[in-house]
Amino acid sequence: MSPETLARWQFGITTVYHWFFVPVTIALSLLVAVLQTMWYRTGEEKFLRLTKFYGKLFLINFAMGVVTGIVQEFQFGMNWSEYSRFVGDIFGAPLAFEALLAFFLESTFLGLWIFGWDRLPKKIHLATIWLAAIGTMLSAIFILAANSFMQWPMGATYNPVTDRAEMTDFGALFVNPVFLATFPHTLAASYLTAGGLVLAVAGYHLAKLNKPNRTPQEEKDASAYRWATKFGAWIVIVAGAAVSLTGHAQGVIMEQVQPMKMAAAEALYETEGGPGRPMAGFSIFTIGTLDGSRPIFEIKIPGVLGLLAKNDPFAEVEGINNLQAHYAELHAAGAMQTATDGTVNALQKAYAEKLKTVGIDNFAPNIPVSYWTFRLMIGLGMFAMALGAFALWTIRKGRYPQDTRLWRLIMLAAPLAPLFANSFGWIFTEMGRQPWIVAGVLPTASAVSPGVTQLEVIISMGLFTLIYGTLAVVEVGLMAKYAKAGLPQVVEPSIKGEDEVLSFAY
Amino acid sequence: MTLLAMEPSNLQVLWFILIAVLWTGYLVLEGYDYGVAMLIPFLGKNEKERRVIVNTIGPLWDGNEVWLLTAGGATFAAFPGWYATLFSGLYLPLFLVLAGLIIRGVSFEYRALHPESRWRNTFDWMAATGSFIVPLVFGIGFANFVIGLPVVQAPASDRLHVLAGQPYFWQLFSPFALLGGVVLVVLSLFHGSLFLALKTKGVVHDRAVAFANTIGVVAIVGGAIFLVWKNIAYPSSFGLLDWVCLVAAAGGLAAAWWFNKSERDGIAFAGTTVAILFVAIGIFLRMWPNLGFDNSLIADPAAHLNRVTAASTELTLTIMTVAAAIFVPVVLAYQGWSIWVFRKRLSTKNIPDDVHHVAVPSA
Ligand code: HDD
Ligand code: HEM
Ligand code: HEM
Repeated sequence: MSPETLARWQFGITTVYHWFFVPVTIALSLLVAVLQTMWYRTGEEKFLRLTKFYGKLFLINFAMGVVTGIVQEFQFGMNWSEYSRFVGDIFGAPLAFEALLAFFLESTFLGLWIFGWDRLPKKIHLATIWLAAIGTMLSAIFILAANSFMQWPMGATYNPVTDRAEMTDFGALFVNPVFLATFPHTLAASYLTAGGLVLAVAGYHLAKLNKPNRTPQEEKDASAYRWATKFGAWIVIVAGAAVSLTGHAQGVIMEQVQPMKMAAAEALYETEGGPGRPMAGFSIFTIGTLDGSRPIFEIKIPGVLGLLAKNDPFAEVEGINNLQAHYAELHAAGAMQTATDGTVNALQKAYAEKLKTVGIDNFAPNIPVSYWTFRLMIGLGMFAMALGAFALWTIRKGRYPQDTRLWRLIMLAAPLAPLFANSFGWIFTEMGRQPWIVAGVLPTASAVSPGVTQLEVIISMGLFTLIYGTLAVVEVGLMAKYAKAGLPQVVEPSIKGEDEVLSFAY
Repeated sequence: MTLLAMEPSNLQVLWFILIAVLWTGYLVLEGYDYGVAMLIPFLGKNEKERRVIVNTIGPLWDGNEVWLLTAGGATFAAFPGWYATLFSGLYLPLFLVLAGLIIRGVSFEYRALHPESRWRNTFDWMAATGSFIVPLVFGIGFANFVIGLPVVQAPASDRLHVLAGQPYFWQLFSPFALLGGVVLVVLSLFHGSLFLALKTKGVVHDRAVAFANTIGVVAIVGGAIFLVWKNIAYPSSFGLLDWVCLVAAAGGLAAAWWFNKSERDGIAFAGTTVAILFVAIGIFLRMWPNLGFDNSLIADPAAHLNRVTAASTELTLTIMTVAAAIFVPVVLAYQGWSIWVFRKRLSTKNIPDDVHHVAVPSA
């Protein structure tokens, strides 16, 4: 395997793994803050129990999010040293800001929240979980701004003396249209996932309580679970709608700045739509030839692709073959420019001459991967939304779900479907950007660390896989255990004196 | 072509100092939680005692670790060349650090989630092992920065540097470097046991004091050898300051040991804090101006890897400076507040009876 392939696998494995935990952290932290606020406002025990219950699940997840995130922070230098050197002047800053503004906030206030039940006045304790939740959101802002730079490198230019990209405008990182679309999309996708989790755990228990002669305690539990099931289901539905709307916005931006990615997502080989051609269709199913140069069989809905990409069913959407030829021409002329709608990117423009000396000939990502991950992202997410609606309908007007295998399967799918939709979304975004690490500027192959040997990558990848695999088993086991344990009994928290027994300790 | 500057700008100097501050903050803060975590299986003779130990650092360790992440992020942003060459050059050692941070990071939270003692012992050992690996590797690493990691220009890009000799792994284990690793582990143990003494009452406290008394001697002897060796074999360009740091560090360690004997826990802990501070300053003095790299294999001084060639542009450094000026004080304030909130000493009396029954219902 080439060093590039190895480094990509290493980065891909660890990043996807990190992202299994991130969406739940981002959204569940805020949902727990909401639950605790409801308890603070109403004083109802139900909300305190729900806070502690989902709080526990959140913490089990958070622990993994933290340790896998640390790996990410060092990965850039380890595997992509030329990339780090080349873009560090602009790309490093958001990473440093993330640590300084977000990680400190998250970790310190979460520590205060976990251990603060016995130490802090109610109101201040409530503020700690809100601050931790805000921290996760800040973290998303900075890292997504960094990632959006890789998709559409705004705010920098090329300096031939230092041979690297240099910052011209820091603010551009945050007004980058890709960032403005990615941030709400990712946030919505996170809520879809955490909403699915809230729904699933409560729905599972609600079905268990579907029996005659519930004890008074069980009635109380059932009312809490019913509330949480509805809460979760509504979040799933609203977040699902938000994900679709923001996803559409992303599609429009993508067609502007990375048309090749859109073409790959659709396995669209030849340009469709525009004057004199039929409308561009959204592919439901396409099989291409093995060399990926043309389709063999396809089912398409006419007009939808034009709508997705350009808000216009009759618009022209360029195909892979056209783009490939177009880019080859630009590259040879030393005028590389990934946007085809005329938007000029300062960094792409400034680097084009130098890029010519690198010499690349393939400008398309892996088509089947782009095509299928795009569909799986959308499909699984929409599926989760349907499950949310179904759950809501099932429990309408005080009804209980049947405790059947099917119901349990549905409850299992409610968080897992959006979780995997998230992974596929990222795999699509990142692999669809190939062969570039910084779109239109730096090829991924040039970015890899020249000093790292295959052996080193293989050793670390093997051991990471081992550690991650083991921890996955532990974390899934703990999640299941605490989800099944159900709502805890609670005592009203109070500030504890010197030798008093704490209500919570590790 | 414009000539590259050879003299560092003020902002480059400032960011070198800030990165040194971040590393120092990390070593001082997380140093004690490494020490405490290494001691879990040894100073806790039963479950409740072990839980007292874990809970002294429970609310704080993650915030401490962010000092390391910020040091990494700041290096990336302020000196991309330094970040790129160092992190790719020391690939395997960094992997070890990451593995150590992962296994210790999950342990504190997860140990409490299952009542079985085998489960808990496993996580206690993971916490201890991880907390041992990390300072060991960083100690070896910093000693190598003192010696100087030899760099050459990468074949494909003459602006990128790589370590000479790949993989750069066995070269790391010189006697001086190994001593550095041991010294950092011992220092963490000393610092951690004093923290434990400060934060606990009863039997755990007494054991921590006794342990600190022993490990303190090792730390003083080991630290002294390391620093004298460093100052003689690898002097910085600041002459006398090397020796000032040595004296201050030695004074801190001696005071820590002395005041621990009379159980003045607070002052003793301040002693190791000062010691770690000055050890770190001494090391960073030596890392100026070449950032811990040895450029002797590169003929052209303009192609050296140092604080000028590794640095970001003035614009980036300016923006980062503004952010640091605003947010570092804010972070210090709330981290300080958090330490204050958890200021009470813990004893086995505070620990609820069965972690399982309590942990499930109440948090
Ligand atoms: C959109 C959000 C997002 C994205 C794209 C990433 N992360 Fe992440 N990261 C988070 C959102 C997040 C978070 C929500 O803030 C986490 C997740 C779980 C957690 O505990 O905090 C976190 C944790 C986390 C930590 C541990 C923080 C701590 O100790 O408290 C580090 C060092 C990173 N991340 C670094 C990265 C890097 C370098 C990424 C790029 C590849 C990355 N993350 C992708
Ligand atoms: C959580 C968010 C992210 C996810 C889930 C994610 C996902 C992925 C995946 C799946 C790959 C592998 C692609 C492949 O093998 O072709 C990848 C590659 C990569 N990603 Fe991301 N990514 C994320 C964020 C980022 C960010 C924020 C950056 C940089 C700032 C980044 C930089 C890279 C790099 C350098 C590679 C390796 C080159 C490549 O193969 O594309 N990623 N990422
Ligand atoms: C109608 C539905 C959807 C559409 C049209 C859509 C569209 C898109 C597009 C175009 C991108 C790529 C952006 C780029 O590379 O520039 C993307 C990325 C992504 N999608 Fe979706 N998406 C939809 C549903 C979902 C769902 C249901 C989820 C998860 C629950 C999801 C999660 C993600 C994630 C995590 C990314 C990567 C991060 C990012 O670039 O924002 N998407 N989506």
